[in-house]
Amino acid sequence: MSDRILTKHWGEPDSYTLAGYERIGGYKTAPEAFKRTPDDIVAEVTKGNLRGRGGAGFSTGMKWSFVRKEKATPKYLVINADEGEPGTFKDRYVLELDPHRFIEGCIIGAYALDCHAVYVYCRGEFEPGPITRLKAAITEARARGYLGPSVFGTGYAIEMHVHRGAGAYICGEETALLESLEGKKGFPRLKPPFPANAGLFGKPTAVNNVETLANIPTILQMGGDAYHALGCPKNGGTRLFCMSGHLVKPGVVEAPMGATFRELIYDRCGGIPGGKKLKAIIPGGSSSAVLSADQVDLKSDFDTLKGAKTMAGSGGVIVLDETVDMAWALYNVTKFYAHESCGQCTPCREGTGWAARLLKKLVDGRGEKGDVDLIYNIARQGEQRTICALFDGAAMPLKSYIEKFRADFDSKVKA
Amino acid sequence: MVASPFNPEQQARFDAELEAALARFPPERSQAALLPALHAAQRELGWLSTETLSYVATRLKLWSTRVREVAAFYTLFRLKPVGTNHLQICTNLSCALLGGEKLLEQACTRVGARPHEISADGKFSVEPVSCLASCGTAPAMQVNDRYFDEKLTPEKLDAIISELERVG
Repeated sequence: MSDRILTKHWGEPDSYTLAGYERIGGYKTAPEAFKRTPDDIVAEVTKGNLRGRGGAGFSTGMKWSFVRKEKATPKYLVINADEGEPGTFKDRYVLELDPHRFIEGCIIGAYALDCHAVYVYCRGEFEPGPITRLKAAITEARARGYLGPSVFGTGYAIEMHVHRGAGAYICGEETALLESLEGKKGFPRLKPPFPANAGLFGKPTAVNNVETLANIPTILQMGGDAYHALGCPKNGGTRLFCMSGHLVKPGVVEAPMGATFRELIYDRCGGIPGGKKLKAIIPGGSSSAVLSADQVDLKSDFDTLKGAKTMAGSGGVIVLDETVDMAWALYNVTKFYAHESCGQCTPCREGTGWAARLLKKLVDGRGEKGDVDLIYNIARQGEQRTICALFDGAAMPLKSYIEKFRADFDSKVKA
Repeated sequence: MVASPFNPEQQARFDAELEAALARFPPERSQAALLPALHAAQRELGWLSTETLSYVATRLKLWSTRVREVAAFYTLFRLKPVGTNHLQICTNLSCALLGGEKLLEQACTRVGARPHEISADGKFSVEPVSCLASCGTAPAMQVNDRYFDEKLTPEKLDAIISELERVG
């Protein structure tokens, strides 16, 4: 397909090697980028309307311009490769199958940010595959002089370091990630200051997602306007959708930003197995509010989904067929947030566990009158009252599953 | 000085990893090498005892309470021993929709250990794990440093455990 950029050579046996990447024109863009000014590069990325692929969908160019405005040095580029949002598995494939594209993006990003150290914070579970591949790729690139004291012979130094996390969902939150990188437990920081102003070691820091950086070489090659045109208004480029759940052909699908869920589910993933009917779609990782089957024609871009009171998030699309009991599904999801709450804020520490226990009661057939409303109220009263968005990520499913599939909950309450 | 928990070979590998980790950060930010140091220690010893945590603390000039606090926060750091084969089965939604929870039960029954416990022969431990980023090939399992993420089934799980039993 012509709209394939990030997945273009995933099928080739040596796609993860430097030779494999160079064969398709890799490492041609970064040396050209050094002939432009950093401000020019940031402007091009801004024009491309590249939105952060980790979850929040913030403009990458704007984030970089905030870091550029800061006077303090050194500046840092920190890559969030903590990919822990249930239903999300694209960054793992980028690192395993195409690490050099990501590295080239990091080289350009570091130059644009006037920074010389890039830290890639990878989730600990990635050790066997993605971390091993990424480390090998960095070694290859450094041996060739694409990283190190004089990148591409320009005299500009860039070192890339891989840092292994240790199993904590909260460390995908950017300030918790920075705490963890500094050798502490992953407690999110109060914002402001934002990482762009005071991030790693208190220095100006851009925290970007893996897939976001992998898009940078393409933006500079085709230009911001052409890249923007690949997607939809204000949402440039293509996106890696992580398609899982009840699908004939699950997996990572690259499609234009704004592809509809119908296209993703039925055209790209072969629909639902066994001819079953669609019941619900989780559009952007398990933290996003659930969509009902009649919303299947919605576009998947950040703005459309925000308008539909959910989010495009991490691109983790989980498809549920008609056999799924939504109370069971919500219990599964909420149990995860209860386990992963860092415990710093009371509404989250207590609320997630409380809601999970009530849901267990329902699922076990011990539900009592008032339980469903209580679960809903725990979510409503806790949201926006915590340091980070983990509780909001638990509240969105809690509220939306109950709003849209109330019958699945009420049917479990003893008369 | 707290005594080292390592034999000479382990010590050499640990020292090399610690040195490399420290070199990645500004000199005054040595605490940043804590997670790498704990990973390195656990790789050598299988788990992190109180003595090991104290030793890591000494090496990084940190309070041992600070090191314990960090080690206890992260689920991959094991503060008690695990089996030779540590089975981690994902039970998050994408895997659960396709049978992840049943596979966890099956594994526990088969090896004779409840979640987070070790089998009597010490060969196995089983635990549920958060999303392994294998949702497109769910359900997924990780055993030590190996992924088994090609759409695990009860039959495949049985065969994998048999194979692990055979090789020890």
